[in-house]
Amino acid sequence: MQYHAPATVKDAVKLLAGSKGNTQILAGGTDLLVRMRSGFSEPETIIDIKRISPMCKIARDGKGFSIGAAVSSSEMSENAALAKAWPGVVESAALIGSTQIQGRATIAGNLCNASPAADSVPAMVAAGAKALIRGPKGKRKVAVEKICKGPGKTILKKGELLEAILLPAKPARTGDAYLRFIPRTEMDIAVAGAGICVTLDAKGVCTAARVSLGAIAPTVLLVDKAAKALVGTRIDDAALDALAAACSAAARPINDKRGTKEFRTHIAGVLARRAAIIARDRALGKV
Amino acid sequence: MFQIQVSTSINGDDTEFSCEADETLLDVLRDRLGMTGSKEGCGTGDCGACSVIVDGRLVCSCLMLGAEAQDREIETIEGMADGTDLHPLQQKFLDHAALQCGVCTPGFLVAAKSLLERNDDPTEEEVRYWLAGNLCRCTGYDKIVRAVLDTAKDMRKPAKTKKPAAKKRVKA
Ligand SMILES: Cc1cc2nc3c(=O)[nH]c(=O)nc-3n(C[C@H](O)[C@H](O)[C@H](O)COP(=O)(O)OP(=O)(O)OC[C@H]3O[C@@H](n4cnc5c(N)ncnc54)[C@H](O)[C@@H]3O)c2cc1C
Ligand code: FES
Ligand code: FES
Repeated sequence: MQYHAPATVKDAVKLLAGSKGNTQILAGGTDLLVRMRSGFSEPETIIDIKRISPMCKIARDGKGFSIGAAVSSSEMSENAALAKAWPGVVESAALIGSTQIQGRATIAGNLCNASPAADSVPAMVAAGAKALIRGPKGKRKVAVEKICKGPGKTILKKGELLEAILLPAKPARTGDAYLRFIPRTEMDIAVAGAGICVTLDAKGVCTAARVSLGAIAPTVLLVDKAAKALVGTRIDDAALDALAAACSAAARPINDKRGTKEFRTHIAGVLARRAAIIARDRALGKV
Repeated sequence: MFQIQVSTSINGDDTEFSCEADETLLDVLRDRLGMTGSKEGCGTGDCGACSVIVDGRLVCSCLMLGAEAQDREIETIEGMADGTDLHPLQQKFLDHAALQCGVCTPGFLVAAKSLLERNDDPTEEEVRYWLAGNLCRCTGYDKIVRAVLDTAKDMRKPAKTKKPAAKKRVKA
């Protein structure tokens, strides 16, 4: 195996495009090293992106935040401006593993690993995040919900990597939240997860919403019907019931050791309901 | 096979080693540098027995490549005591009988040290969350948590006469 630690994105892309055989980007390594250890992945080349300084930074401008692909979950939690603007996204990243894992794990890695249960992905999708992709032909921006094709599969082409996750500037009276269900309080993989982002008008009526579900289909879903259940309402009980029903209807889960289809279908609605209440209260400035 | 040359700092000492590209930092510490204090419980990030601090951040050395250590500052359990003087956390673990077989202990100590460096007055809940990535199969967690809280209390004492330190955030 070869290990490279390029200093620029350009060099990383060059190495990636020119490499033969199994080549893997190394961000936090909390998925990749586990896969290597268990023999599921035997890369011939590893490209460590943590020496590329712009990829280690959280940048903010009028358009929003750019979270470099090598930024860890802990660094996100420590960035007060980011945590204030997008608490749902930051909290979802802070659910990943333990303190030790959070010190290394990135949300770009969480996305590229393409697990249906990846915690930060529904939160990013709800927030309207985009992935900034860099490849031999230049840059492109793709909505986060379009990155994964199925478990372990992304749309990234040969030579392409994720440079950053872009979060929009938060519109006024907007709140986001992410909740997951696990059988204990820490260190487990989501049985189901729900990310919600809502924008309200001055009277508290919902003008825009995005609802995303995790671990209930082969990829994280953006559920338009569930969002429609909120728009035009004050996110009252009736709207929340309609939201929960739409989420359960959209769920296409599997049975596994973590949960049954029935349980996952039900809990997807429950989590969406609870996350919507938090997102609404955040939009109202209550919490 | 081609080996990678790495220069780094371990417990304040400039250290050089060569390793294979796919060797973890834990393997390097234990097998190449003879620093066997960090333990391998799982090798997959679940147990925390391999915990070390890299550039001030608590990480699992089993989930980091040795090659990644280039120019970093690494702290391991071997750097915790000052000669024969135990670190206050080590002493409190003994006082509270917070260990049995001891395999998890280096990881707990390094993790607890990194918590107390950020937050000198953690709540029990904060201690438990911070240490959720450290598993112990013999002692149970109660004595460990109490040893950490008791250390924090003692370590705060001298500062009490001065202005109280601002409460720090707990996140890593
Ligand atoms: C003990 C433990 C607990 C965990 N708990 C959780 C949890 O609660 N929730 C959860 O969602 N996950 C969890 N995980 C999984 C993992 O920590 C996350 O998926 C993490 O976000 C992965 O990020 P990383 O930076 O470590 O990725 P890496 O391991 O570095 O990379 C993952 C994959 O993505 C590719 N990749 C990474 N970055 C890029 C990039 N910029 N461009 C292109 N490809 C890229 C890599 O090549 C690799 O195939 C856990 C893992 C462990 C070991
Ligand atoms: S050996 Fe590293 S976490 Fe268990
Ligand atoms: S004392 Fe044996 S595992 Fe903790």
